Order: sequence, then C-alpha cells, then structure tokens
Amino acid sequence: MPDLTSQKIPVTVLTGYLGAGKTTLLNRILSENHGKKYAVIVNEFGEIGIDNDLIIGADEEVFEMNNGCVCCTVRGDLVRILDGLMKRKGKFDAIIVETTGLADPAPVAQTFFVDEDVQKNARLDAVVTVADAKWLSDRLKDAPEAKNQIAFADVIVLNKTDLVSKAELAEVEARIRGINPYAKLHRTERCQVAIADVLERGAFDLDRILEIEPEFLDAGDGHHHDHDHHDHHHDHGHSHDTHSHGGLKHYHDEDMQSLSLRSAKPLDATKFMPWLQNLVASEGQKILRSKGILAFSDDDDRYVFQGVHMMLEGDHQRKWKDGEARESRVVFIGRELPEQMIRDGFESCITT
Amino acid sequence: MKQFDPGDSPSIASITDKVRSLATGMPVTAIHFLGDTAVFVGSEEHAALVSATGEVSSVAVHSGAILCAASDGERIVTGGDDGKVVALDAKGTVTVLATDPKRRWIDNVALHPDGAVAWSAGKTAFVRSGKGEEKSFDAPTTVGGLAFAPKGLRLAIAHYNGVTLWFPNMAANPEFLEWAGSHLGVIFSPDNKFLVTTMHEPAMHGWRLADNRHMRMSGYPGRVRSMSWSVGGKGLATSGADTVIIWPFNSKDGPMGKEPAMLAPLQARVSMVACHPKQDNLAAGYSDGSVLMVRLNDGAEILVRRNGSAAVSALAWNAKGTLLAFAAEDGDAGLLAL
Repeated sequence: MPDLTSQKIPVTVLTGYLGAGKTTLLNRILSENHGKKYAVIVNEFGEIGIDNDLIIGADEEVFEMNNGCVCCTVRGDLVRILDGLMKRKGKFDAIIVETTGLADPAPVAQTFFVDEDVQKNARLDAVVTVADAKWLSDRLKDAPEAKNQIAFADVIVLNKTDLVSKAELAEVEARIRGINPYAKLHRTERCQVAIADVLERGAFDLDRILEIEPEFLDAGDGHHHDHDHHDHHHDHGHSHDTHSHGGLKHYHDEDMQSLSLRSAKPLDATKFMPWLQNLVASEGQKILRSKGILAFSDDDDRYVFQGVHMMLEGDHQRKWKDGEARESRVVFIGRELPEQMIRDGFESCITT
Repeated sequence: MKQFDPGDSPSIASITDKVRSLATGMPVTAIHFLGDTAVFVGSEEHAALVSATGEVSSVAVHSGAILCAASDGERIVTGGDDGKVVALDAKGTVTVLATDPKRRWIDNVALHPDGAVAWSAGKTAFVRSGKGEEKSFDAPTTVGGLAFAPKGLRLAIAHYNGVTLWFPNMAANPEFLEWAGSHLGVIFSPDNKFLVTTMHEPAMHGWRLADNRHMRMSGYPGRVRSMSWSVGGKGLATSGADTVIIWPFNSKDGPMGKEPAMLAPLQARVSMVACHPKQDNLAAGYSDGSVLMVRLNDGAEILVRRNGSAAVSALAWNAKGTLLAFAAEDGDAGLLAL
C-alpha cells in the first residue's frame, strides 16, 4: 500500500505537570530555525513568545463516547479544531497539542483512534512528556496526573537537570523507569533537546513498532543487563520497592507498572486476538498503553498492534525475514495491572 | 484485455452533458444561492460568485479559514478563524458584521428570516437582532451548532450532552434538551415541531418540541454531516450512509417507530444532500464524486455527475429550483440549469 500516512499531518502531544517546562519546550520548537511551520493548540494564550497566526486556544473538553465505556473519552474540541485546521492544509507542516498540566493524555490519543475525520487527515506522532528533575519524584507520590503522563509517554524530556545532583538525577530516572521503561528519555536543561528527538517520532506508526525494548537497557549507564532481567523485575513478590543491580536502582511503582511478555513459540491467532480484545474490554481502564509484535502460527507475516485503554489497532506489517527470530513480544503499561491473569492468558495463547 | 466497463449504465438516465463545469480554483465547503447567483464558499479566504451563465468572480471574505456559512437567500454570513463574522451579498459586497475581541474562531453562524444573525466562538453564542441589538449566552461547553427557529426569535444551541433553546429577548431561563454525547449540527423542522441534531457519533437525535419526546435516529456507518428538509418538511434527508437516508416527519410523531426510506444506493458514502425546494426530488453527492438527482416517491435516479473524483463537499438548489450547483473537495464544481 502506498504510504498514505506521510500525507497525514503529524500531531505531537505535549504533556507535563505544572511548571515542568512545557512552554519552554514549545517556545524552543517554534523559535528554532527549522524552516517548518507548526500549528499549535494551546490551553492558555499569551505564554507563547513567538508570533504565529496558527496558535489556537483550546478548552480541553472531554466527552464520553456513547458506547457505555467510561474510559472511551474523546477531546471534542480537538475534533473541531483539527477540522478547522484542515481547511488551511498546506499552510503548516505539523501540529503540536499542548495539554494542561493536570491533563490525562488518553482522551487526546483516543481522539485519533475513534474519529473518522481526524484519522483521515492527521496522525498521532508521539506523546512527549516534560518532567521536572527536581520535583517529579514528589509529584509521582502526590499527583496521579503526573504519573499518568510519565506512563503514557513515548518521549520524556527530563528537564532542569542542572538543579539536581547526580544522585538525585539517578533517583528520578529510576523512578521514571519503574513506571515506563520504554519511553525515550532525554536529560535537558531549559529543554535543550534536538527537535528531531521530540517531533516526527512515529511512535504510533504501526510500521515503526520495530523493537519493543526497554529503553534503559541501552541508555549508556556503563553496564548492560540482559533482557530477561527486565521481565524478572515484575515477578517480584517482595515488599520493598527498590533493589539494585550493579549500582543502577530499580523502583517498582506502587500502582503503575509495565509488563512485558514474550514467547519464542508462535501464538495461536484464533486464541490471542479474542484474548487481547477481552482483556482490553475488561481491564482497559487499567491499561494505559499496549503494544505488540506477534508471530502467529501458519502466518509468515509479522503482526503488530497498539492500543490506548480499550482501543486497539493492528495490522499485518511485513514478512518475517529469513533468519529473524520469530519471537512475539507484548508490552502493557498500566495501573494495578492484573499481572498473573495477563501472564496466564498470554501463556494460554502459545501454541504447543 | 478484457475488462468490465460499467460505463453508462443503461438503467440510469444521464444529464451530465448539461452540466456547466466550473473551475473555482479552491476547495469548496458550502454553496448558497443569492437569487440566481451561486456563491461557492472556499475553505479559506475567498468565495466565488457564479452567475447563471457561468461567469465566475472571486471575492475575499476572510484572512484565514472560512469555518462556517449560512444564508437567508438575501445574503451569506460566514465565520472565520480570523475572528470575523462577515456578510456577503449577490453584488459581491463584503461587510464585517462583528470581530471577536480575542480573535477566537467563529465556529458557527445562523440567520433568521427577519434579519437577526447568530454566531458562536467557543462556548459563547451571540445574537444580533435586525435592529442591531446584541446579546450573548454562555453554553456549558463549546457550541457545536446553531439554528434559529422558524418562528419567533428563538435560537437552538447544540453542545455536549444536549441542546439549549434560548429566547434572546425574553428573561425566561433557556430550556435545556438533554441527550448524552456531543451534538454538532442542529436544525428545526419547517413547522417548528421538531428539533434534530447530528452527533459526533454516527447518529442523529431528535426531540418533539411539544413534549420533548426523544427520537433516536441511528444506524449510520459514518457521521451525518448534511441534512436537508424535503419540500413541506415531510422528510429529512441525510448523508452518512451508502444510500440517502430519509426520515419521515409527515405525522405528529415524526420518525418515532418508523423506518427511514433508503434511496439511491451506490458503492460510495453519501456526503451531501440537498432537497429540491418545490418538488419531491433531491440531489445527493457521494464520496466518489458522483452526483445524482433522486425522485423521492419512487427512487428514480438521474446521473448529474459521474464518479471518479474527490468527494462532493457542497450541493445547493436555487430558491426556484431551476439551478443546481455542486462542488467537490478538490475544487471541481458544476452548475446545472433545469
């Protein structure tokens, strides 16, 4: 199929708790000499220091879809604004949606899953979360919104690193990784991050779900863990929330976790797909993000999927290459995930 | 090479050769007739006035996107992302009626036969009476659609979870018609007895205004973007499916407990509908670029425009019903004299 996604306008969602530096990042993006024009949807006018006639104020109006599912919420204002912006197609290259500090990113993401017109014209590129290195650890304790934003992120800009010691930085990074080991993490001062690291990420592009690996494994900490280790750290039954390997701390967040499943044996598609659909239908409120690369028995194609709460999309991606390990990998990030139930369910879909 | 070519299906009469094709040079989002002048409203900045003989003249109306348009047959009022409410007449005269002080987008406009105009920016709906008196009303959420009742100065304001009926000239509290979901378009029946909304989900909702009884109109595969009353308000024709869906409103119960008529099926989604103002006919535009004329009583079809282009984005009859104008998303347009 020709690459229709390239004609769709990429939309980057910029989140972050109050004071983390969202506006700083936004101003950086807009002031950089990149030759691109951005339409920016903001929740508060007046904070942007750059003249741009494509800055649109939004009211963050969320409504529930009439399908009886309380987590199927959509940003109606975004539907309207994107519709209006599409009348000026060609006048801008990309769209950035800034959310309020207390916003849940899910309704924004879900808008791209459920709205036909939005889907036709725009594609969700990535959720970028700006986090304050000094205060994030505290906010993770007292602000569920901040935790949501970390869990949801594809890219985390860990800002104000100049305001903390090396030990504090390691601490806050470990906290982040305890919640979301998959996001790309960039340490910054005053949001000094390369634009290419936050925009055009293709994080929701099924074709680019190439590897699902915990980011911190190759984050250059001077040592490497083997991959199985990551799985292991969810299998814990102990009560303390930190343990240490080679100096790198690992935290288990009390209520937000990631869960990684893998199988070297192929999955039975007739079992896996209903299982996954049932899982997100019953546990979708807890599951913030899900992703997977799947090897089905009697299928030479890789199947990829991703989801936000109860909404899933998936497709055959490409043929498995010769010599490529046909391994299935599935990742869930969520709140109070019923880990054993998910593991057992996944196991039952493996062909014997 | 053997290939099946459906070509001109013998069962459908075609008047495609009678259509005068027009190059508006811009994507068109709405068409309104001012007398015999067809006004094609562009997606941004311009409107094109087209005379019955096909002469095109372009007029600048906004400095950005044109977000909405309404007409009373005398003038067209548009709202833009430049925060302006603008009126345009058949001579091409442009008058700025209002400018939002914060330059907010003007999302919706509506016109009343007595000269009143309504518009909305965000949650606020404004009404300016024919005498120039201005009033505003704050809806609980962003306004999705506006419509004046055919009688009296009464404005329907669609928003999340229902519609507010507001009498700008009366002190009484506005009436709230509740129905969960996001309501985007709103229309009164010509006899003032029913109110119908299009929703964000692929459905419409209606209320019988005498007792606020609900009417659910669902089953569409896609969102309903276009509605049009057939002559005398007997039926409400709608887009959103691969046939024209026409809900019966010719009894006091409206479409409650009744099946809609389904006419003119194609292998494409109906994108626009426009009922003939005098006869029981309608014009329908489709996502594949087709335009059909359809007789309501037996569903007989006449091909006005062949398929194979961008979706039809605008469709309108003049008041006498002698001219039909259409336009597609790519700006290709046509005018048919009957």
